[in-house]
Amino acid sequence: MRSDRNHRAPLALKIAAGAGLLFMHVPIMLIFVYAFNVEDRTYQWPPPGLTTQWLAVTWNRPDVWQALTLSVKVASISTAIAMVLGTLCAAAVSGSRFFGRETISLLVILPIALPGIITGISLRSAFSLMEIPFSTWTIVLGHATFCIVIVYNNAVARFRRTSGSIVEASMDLGADAFQTFRYVILPNIGTALLVGGMLAFALSFDEVIVTTFTAGQQQTLPIWMLEELVRPRQLPVTNVVAMVVVTVTLLPILIAYYLTRDGDQIAGMGK
Amino acid sequence: MTPAVTFQQVSRHFGQVRAVDAVDLEIQPGEFFAMLGPSGSGKTTCLRLIAGFEQPTGGHIEIFGESADGVPPYRRNVNTVFQDYALFPHLNVLDNVAYGLMVKRVGKIERLAAAEDALKLVKLPGYGSRRPGQLSGGQRQRVALARALVNKPKVLLLDEPLGALDLKLREQMQEELKELQQSLGITFVFVTHDQGEALSMADRVAVFNDGRIVQVGTPEDIYQRPRTRFVADFVGSSNVVPPDFVQRHAGQSRWGSLRPESIRVGAAGGAGVAARVISSHYLGAATRLALDAEGLRLHAVVPAGVPVPKQGEDVTLSFSPEHLHLMDEAGQ
Repeated sequence: MRSDRNHRAPLALKIAAGAGLLFMHVPIMLIFVYAFNVEDRTYQWPPPGLTTQWLAVTWNRPDVWQALTLSVKVASISTAIAMVLGTLCAAAVSGSRFFGRETISLLVILPIALPGIITGISLRSAFSLMEIPFSTWTIVLGHATFCIVIVYNNAVARFRRTSGSIVEASMDLGADAFQTFRYVILPNIGTALLVGGMLAFALSFDEVIVTTFTAGQQQTLPIWMLEELVRPRQLPVTNVVAMVVVTVTLLPILIAYYLTRDGDQIAGMGK
Repeated sequence: MTPAVTFQQVSRHFGQVRAVDAVDLEIQPGEFFAMLGPSGSGKTTCLRLIAGFEQPTGGHIEIFGESADGVPPYRRNVNTVFQDYALFPHLNVLDNVAYGLMVKRVGKIERLAAAEDALKLVKLPGYGSRRPGQLSGGQRQRVALARALVNKPKVLLLDEPLGALDLKLREQMQEELKELQQSLGITFVFVTHDQGEALSMADRVAVFNDGRIVQVGTPEDIYQRPRTRFVADFVGSSNVVPPDFVQRHAGQSRWGSLRPESIRVGAAGGAGVAARVISSHYLGAATRLALDAEGLRLHAVVPAGVPVPKQGEDVTLSFSPEHLHLMDEAGQ
């Protein structure tokens, strides 16, 4: 057991920690409060009155559903692409030595280091040069560039911690490449992929900058929210959407936290 | 009889580096064969060539008469005990041992029973439910051994398996490995840089240097009759003596080797080679002396119970001429 378990933190530190937590989370709570505001044009404190009517209004707004569907679709597809390509790339870079390995590693990571606006502009000009019309797929392409990095980084870190000889051991014991992937590689990088995939999904879900350049007239959820704020009309609807998004995203995060809480217990290995 | 493993002019070059260079080798079935050499001498690459992790850039390998050209590791009836054991961290001990049978689609009850038997064989019964991370180095080593043996390989490859163990455990494992090999009758190919280990365990030893085999023979051959200075130097701590010394004592101008234990150390003034004690190291069962004889640095071993000369004392060295072994080659 840790010896400092019984030490009590000084009061000032407790207050500072509490204040920090409040500072981060009170604004989120405010969003929840305004979702029930009767006033629909401005945010004023305290809210003049509370109502639940905006839940029903939001439910019946087709533009909310459209934006939400598009966002979920884009995030799912980009995450799926990133999981496959990011894992393969990480396996190649960490599993073997070849000419240009470091360069490839750098090129894969670069999109996350580049400002989103550069990625956005370059993609947009590429699309117009090649006369590709804007569609879900142009957004997916934009998002996949940084989603791959997230999955790749997580997978590469795990591959590095995993002894390379267990792959050889598996082959030595009679497993072909597919069996080795299924029984040895996947269980060992599974949690890293899960975390990487969730991060990638979350990044794609609230991405604005690259999306504005690659979406054309389409609206993903964050872009829809931005536009709602600019021309206020039934303002609390935005807050209801934000509230639902927070609640819905909290769930997978809790699940992932639960699954990865034991370092050496790997999810899905109870065969 | 078909050899277990045959190398015909096998080479493995990595760019300019000749890790293995034109090696010819025959390992007999049921033999305990050691590949001995310093690091970078090509012994581990040879092992990996047998396992199938490396493909030769030249030459031909046969395993029990069948060509191994292009055969992937998972289709070879050969198993490896890895230097770092390479146990699967996400599986418990029993599933680790049963892995080879699982991927060959042996039924669950059957393969777990076989795995339990294999654990008994390596004296770890009842450890099946533990995780590799909960085991000591010696126990992991045994699990790695069980995991390989459960597949009933025709050849078992061991890559410096005892390197990470402490001395006492290492000696115990040496005995157990030897006994295991004799009772199972499997061909063991054992890579090590520890000459003591190779000599005490192997039926035959191949000494590697710079990607080539310098000498193959029984431990006695290698130890008593080293073919080159390299072998004499590397295997045990032999005194390599230059041609002029040999000329004076054996009448031939060739490089020779003289084992420390074949040198008798007597009082000064006797017949033999005059020498002075530079330093002495007490080893328990014997005392090892560094000597300056005719300008040559020699080592001698004085067994316990015999009076040991002090540092700086003048002594006379003697040895019977048949212990002065003449070597074929002066070179490597």
